[in-house]
Amino acid sequence: MTYAKPLPVVDAETRPFWDACRDGKLKIQACRNCGHKRFPPTFYCPKCNSPEHDWIESKGHGRVFSWIVVRHPVPRDVYAADVPYVVALIELDEGVRIASNIVGIEPEKVAANMPVRVIFKSVTPEITLPIFEPA
Amino acid sequence: MYALRDKYAIAGIGWTDFSKKSGRTVRSLASEACINAIADAGLKPADIDGFVSFNFNDSVPAISVATEIGVPAARYANDFLSGGNAANMIVLTAAAVIEAGLAETVLCYRAMNGRSGFRLGGGRDLAAYNITQFTAPFGWITYPQAMAMWCRRHMIEYGTNAEQLGEIAVTFRKNAEKNERAMQRDPISMDDYMNSRMIVEPFRMLDICLETDGACAVLVTSAERARDMKRKPVYISGGAYGGGPNQGEDLFDALRWPDHSHNYAKYIADDLWRSAGMGPKDIDIAQIYDCFTYSIIMQLEGLGFCKDGEGGPFVQGGRIAPGGELPLNTAGGLLSEGYIHGLNHVIEAVQQLRGEAGLRQVPDIETCLTTAGAMTCGSAMVLRN
Repeated sequence: MTYAKPLPVVDAETRPFWDACRDGKLKIQACRNCGHKRFPPTFYCPKCNSPEHDWIESKGHGRVFSWIVVRHPVPRDVYAADVPYVVALIELDEGVRIASNIVGIEPEKVAANMPVRVIFKSVTPEITLPIFEPA
Repeated sequence: MYALRDKYAIAGIGWTDFSKKSGRTVRSLASEACINAIADAGLKPADIDGFVSFNFNDSVPAISVATEIGVPAARYANDFLSGGNAANMIVLTAAAVIEAGLAETVLCYRAMNGRSGFRLGGGRDLAAYNITQFTAPFGWITYPQAMAMWCRRHMIEYGTNAEQLGEIAVTFRKNAEKNERAMQRDPISMDDYMNSRMIVEPFRMLDICLETDGACAVLVTSAERARDMKRKPVYISGGAYGGGPNQGEDLFDALRWPDHSHNYAKYIADDLWRSAGMGPKDIDIAQIYDCFTYSIIMQLEGLGFCKDGEGGPFVQGGRIAPGGELPLNTAGGLLSEGYIHGLNHVIEAVQQLRGEAGLRQVPDIETCLTTAGAMTCGSAMVLRN
């Protein structure tokens, strides 16, 4: 069955991130010049403009910064079977923010600052999504 | 900072019907609004020599409007690729263009088949390019879903609640009852608000603006020339455009935004008030960008009408209704009048400042604030009569 939901179009800057997800690792960029950690990926460091960076592994732990509960599916045919689902902004312990889903908990029980940890969900042979569950 | 206080004015306004299904091309809607604005000013198409518009690849370029309405020599045309954040910025740009000598009489317009054509509130391409590869694959796709994330943060930090959001929706609907242009004129109660369908928590259906087919146009020229035209000039006293750090890679993206309880307004407030030589206390009424109820609260706080976190209580108790301390969105706003991407707020401001707002006229006003934008970037103006 074809996967009908939006899929990342991997590009030159984001390939290391998605490759790592497929290997079960959550990675962010760290500037080789000034050490600034950043996500989402960019070519230049916003602090010092250096293009040199390393991909470092996040421990995959963070806290819920904000969240929504989607009840009305858009597009309807794509998300009708998933509602209600939770999308959250998560502050990783490394200090960057990532958007993802929170699973393994009733939507009504999600709370601000709740600790969460990453798990990986393979959706196609190429793409594995980093999603989160209560830690 | 905008340094042209009261040197430029709005001398004409025009609009089309606001509907769910225009059955017309976007170009013809743009042309109708522009023709109406030209006539309102007592001018002819030959008097127009500049255009500024904005779009999301859902409109038509200015030269096509110039061609359809027979403008003989458009000396300036600018089509910003932008969202509602630009709805006041295009008017400030028109003033700057005239100051620079690039044109003398400039039409600003926004035209869209926002319901029957390209729906901003709808889904996006299922191929998640660029920054959307970090949002859309998690089912985080629409603008209501984007802004609900901001609203939740304000609730977490300040205890803002549904009753406060509901008061905004109910007040604006009551204003729309007196506006023949408005798409939604049936009264709603707080119970209706509370019972409206939950779309994306914490937003109900009635927290979310309309989708509209239609167009608005605003004619800008020098204050001196405007005084010789048909209508009473509305002066552009001040204005600002911008946002804070990390405005994001598109208008949805706020992954790196520092604080989702506060939007662009906080960052442009100083420029806005200094440019106008005024402050919040000098404002009689305001038309504030209300793509969602919640965006009102952030802008009231950011622009200094109340302190951080007090926007929820501020909108309660009739303060934002006609007769209150700060009447807001007197035409019904984007929530109830229609969504011409914020330019309809400028139309209403001009009507109010001319004293031409009919049943909804707020008496004895001299100043009106308009704003445009809800998230990381936006624009605002102080207009006066």
